[in-house]
Amino acid sequence: MKDQIINLKGELDSKIEGIADLIELDKIRVAYLGKKGSITQLLKGMKDLSHEERKTLGAEVNKLKTYAAEKIDARIEQLKLAEIEREISSMPKFDVTTPTNTDRGSYHPITLVQRQCEAIFKSMGFAVEDYSEIVTDYECFESLNIPKHHPARDMQDTYYLENGQLLKSQTSAAQNAILKKYGRALIENDVPIKAIFPGRCFRNEATDACHENTFFQMEGVMVDKDISISNLIFFMKTMLSEVFRRDIKVRLRPGFFPFVEPGFELDISCLICGGDGCPSCKHSGWLELCPCGMIHPNVLKEGGIDPEKYTGFAFGLGLTRLAMMKYGIKDIRDLNSGSLKALSQFADDE
Amino acid sequence: MLLSMNWIQDFVDLEGIDKLELIHRFSLSTAEVENEIFFKGADISGIVVAEIKSVEEHPNSKKLHLLKVDAGQEELIDVVCGAPNVKVGMKTAFAAVGAQLGDITIAPRELAGFTSYGMCCSESEIGISDDHSGIMEISDDIENGTDLKKIYEIDDIVFEVDNKSLTNRPDLWGHYGIAREIASLAGRQLKPLETEDLSAYDGLPKVDMKIEDPLCQRYSCLQFENIKRSISPVNMRIRLFYCGMRKINFLADLTNYLMLEMGQPMHAFDSRKVGKIRIKRFDHPFVFRTLDGVDRNIDEDTLMICNEDTPVAIAGIMGGLDSEIVDDTTTLTLESATFNAVSIRKSTVRLSHRTDASIRYEKCLDPEMTVTAVARFVKLLKTYDVNARVVSSLTDEYAFKYDKVALSFDKAFVDRYTGIEIDNDTIVKTLKSLGFGVKLEDNAFTVDVPSWRATKDITLKADIIEEITRIYGYDNFQINTTRSPLYPVRADIVKSCEDKIKDILVKRYSLHELHSYVWAYTDELKAIGINAEDNIKLANATNPNIETIRNSIIPTQLCQIKTNSSYAPDFGIFEIGRVVCGVDENNLCVEKKKLAITLFSKTKDIKTLYFELRDMLAVISEDLKNKELSFSMSQPSHGYEHPINCCNVMMDGKCIGEMAIVHPTVGKKIDKKASIVFAEIDVNDLAHIENAEIVYNEPSKFPPMDYDLSLELPNGMLYENLAVCWKDAGDILKNTRIIDTYDSRELHSITVRFEFSSNERTLSSSEVQTVMDGIISRLNDIGVKLR
Repeated sequence: MKDQIINLKGELDSKIEGIADLIELDKIRVAYLGKKGSITQLLKGMKDLSHEERKTLGAEVNKLKTYAAEKIDARIEQLKLAEIEREISSMPKFDVTTPTNTDRGSYHPITLVQRQCEAIFKSMGFAVEDYSEIVTDYECFESLNIPKHHPARDMQDTYYLENGQLLKSQTSAAQNAILKKYGRALIENDVPIKAIFPGRCFRNEATDACHENTFFQMEGVMVDKDISISNLIFFMKTMLSEVFRRDIKVRLRPGFFPFVEPGFELDISCLICGGDGCPSCKHSGWLELCPCGMIHPNVLKEGGIDPEKYTGFAFGLGLTRLAMMKYGIKDIRDLNSGSLKALSQFADDE
Repeated sequence: MLLSMNWIQDFVDLEGIDKLELIHRFSLSTAEVENEIFFKGADISGIVVAEIKSVEEHPNSKKLHLLKVDAGQEELIDVVCGAPNVKVGMKTAFAAVGAQLGDITIAPRELAGFTSYGMCCSESEIGISDDHSGIMEISDDIENGTDLKKIYEIDDIVFEVDNKSLTNRPDLWGHYGIAREIASLAGRQLKPLETEDLSAYDGLPKVDMKIEDPLCQRYSCLQFENIKRSISPVNMRIRLFYCGMRKINFLADLTNYLMLEMGQPMHAFDSRKVGKIRIKRFDHPFVFRTLDGVDRNIDEDTLMICNEDTPVAIAGIMGGLDSEIVDDTTTLTLESATFNAVSIRKSTVRLSHRTDASIRYEKCLDPEMTVTAVARFVKLLKTYDVNARVVSSLTDEYAFKYDKVALSFDKAFVDRYTGIEIDNDTIVKTLKSLGFGVKLEDNAFTVDVPSWRATKDITLKADIIEEITRIYGYDNFQINTTRSPLYPVRADIVKSCEDKIKDILVKRYSLHELHSYVWAYTDELKAIGINAEDNIKLANATNPNIETIRNSIIPTQLCQIKTNSSYAPDFGIFEIGRVVCGVDENNLCVEKKKLAITLFSKTKDIKTLYFELRDMLAVISEDLKNKELSFSMSQPSHGYEHPINCCNVMMDGKCIGEMAIVHPTVGKKIDKKASIVFAEIDVNDLAHIENAEIVYNEPSKFPPMDYDLSLELPNGMLYENLAVCWKDAGDILKNTRIIDTYDSRELHSITVRFEFSSNERTLSSSEVQTVMDGIISRLNDIGVKLR
């Protein structure tokens, strides 16, 4: 029997060596270790042996059994590894340097600039308000201290509708409603009015590369007990530095708008040359950017707020102009062109 | 408006002050100055007075002359000159060798065989007028060799103020008003205007003049005769030229000079034509020829100056041709008046004719100025023409006076408004320098507003703040943040909905956001077979093509699809914008905010695209509201919608929008082969639907059980009819889904998977079968067969 054990071992070794297939290997496992396998048969034959022989040969056969199992397992591992290596080597190297295909969507550039501005104001505790595009004469003019005969009301500037309403010519048209909406909290609970209201405005004028009859502005107001010109300048400087993401120098010049007093034209240091003078600022070093001012007492009064107790500032930011500056859009008409060639380029850039 | 620094310095001494810096401060404190500043005369040097001693014909040229001129040097100078007006004894401007004339340095020069050692100059060549008809003529009493710049104000700094920034400042429409600002900024004294004492003429007869219309606020006039001078003095002409005014004749130039100096327009009539001045409107329209020779239609609202009943001038705008001063005029009547500003502006608009006078009158001129202007006119007239005689007394009717404006405020008011400390002395000094009367007692100010600021400009305390702060200088402000308390800010629900929708459509579905106009482009719509639906219209559209306000974004979007049809084989666009759905019971527009989506595909079949859009809407609703959308078949409500495949988009039982396949008529005009579908959702409606709360379901620990049913549906049956059959099947039925469909004309078949599970126990096949039996029986009841 001892010879048998030695023979079996030799036979097993040479068979496993020659196998390159998991299924064949399993057949060998059955042939040696299965119920009727030769090693199992050997073990079964133990019962016919003497106690002494059983003791010595039994140990030998068990050793052979363990040896066989390990040998087969090792071969399985080997074959699996070879299989994976074959799989790896059979896969071609893919060319990832080919152009990517993202098919991404796009936001309108106004949306992007508007969101950026809104985020800045929200971070400073401003409410973002929405307002209708069609307004009344009262909202657009009368409540804003623009008297009946003021040139701003002339037909040639404003789109009037058949029913006497008009397409709002300025975002300020929302001011009265905003003052009224937040006025109560101001008066009763000392909650300052802080709101911005972006929106689309309309002017009845011929369009060219610099003029559009439809454009976006964003107006902002802040009203509280002691809001001052000093606050206004601070605020504009801080806000614009955030918008342009650099330290912006601002300067104020007197500007006349019926709904503010004093009213200002605000210039910022030229973004291209930083103030040294270049063609884009007409060599002045400054860019006229946004009108602003202290809210006119009559406008506060009309909004139900006592101008003897409260003061406030307001400003108007041209979102269309900002978008053009930010993205280098030269023709304002591109924005409303509906052309995907132009407008599909604007992805979320925050 | 162009301004001359020399002229300003007639009224304020600016010796030792940097003029450019001052102009810069003016721009920051008063009104915007254009970037380009003109240094007049800076490129001119070495021009002297010279006398022509001899004139000879040039042998080789008909035009040229050979001159010998005396330029104050020992020897006469040979000059070749082409001017037609050369004559012996005449004095002229001479650019000697080495002189600078613009870019040219004068050097000896060959002209048709003769050398010219210098050049006789026209006024245009020196840059002091546009006259280039001949060389400049200079009066005989000036010594030869005198530098021209010593006798004439050729050197000047001229700057331009943006007229728009003077809209609310009637006082700044002349040099004197500007000088007042400059004086205040420079901390110098403003000199009084030199005027003639008109009371000297009180004994003379009055002019026959009467204001017959309240639109005339004040009318002052005076008559003159024996005016001999016809050409204005050189310095006056230079100033007028530098300030952009054309020279006419002495008298007309003088009225223009007064207007540029004081901002008061003036007009001179021939007294023969205008004996009885009446200011009035007519009750009928007529044609009137103004002095520029143009016939203008005058209506009943336009104020006229008349000689009794004959109109002679359009008040505040322009004189008439018939009453103009002519060569043989001996007696003239000078008008200095103010009119209602709004009336002048409206007349200007109706006549489409703005003049230097009307631009000023529109701004609400100070009526106090009319008489001062007459007195100043007399002063200058007498200076330049000693023969001129005043032949009437000042005739002045002051029909409308502005109220005097006095304002009171205290130091605390100034502090609160400015947010910085400006001391009382500075406030007093600033206001006084601008002509305000100021009283200060115990930090309380009482301010009298000068008449030239009280016509509309300054009415409130806040206006005074501007005066103090602008002169103080905004660049000098210390800037501070506010000390307002903090409160939470709640986001606007519609705004945040909009933002989320945009993000889903761009980031998840790769759609493109476009903008379009609020009106329907009638012609463009017609081109794709859509008739713009009737809606409220613009009352003053310049173009009938954009007259009608849109009631939906979709038609515009279909136009955009057509424009972009070659952009890509598959793309989608969207817009969140406004539309108007008629007017309400108060005749106010019903404005709605809509989300419009249109999808275009050349690769997908129409059903796939239609369902893609449907699922897109469903995702939006799930994302925003945690609620399912439902769709109900509907009749098309617009001609561009597909007659069969259009539906209402429903949420919480409310219709919040529509979805449709494009009508083939329209679709074929956009692209013959492409699939096009669209939807429009009311953003406000969607935003205001309440969010469904998230209810957490513990995942079951017991195995689920699926049960598939293949069904054959009768023709026309909708899935929603089927779903009724398992609506109340019990809570172990957790979900159903369609796992297979088969469409054909005859047979509509579908495989539905029913997913069962329980959180309490392992389900037995018999209890699932019981539920399914119930469902199958209800399906049979509505004619659905198992396959």
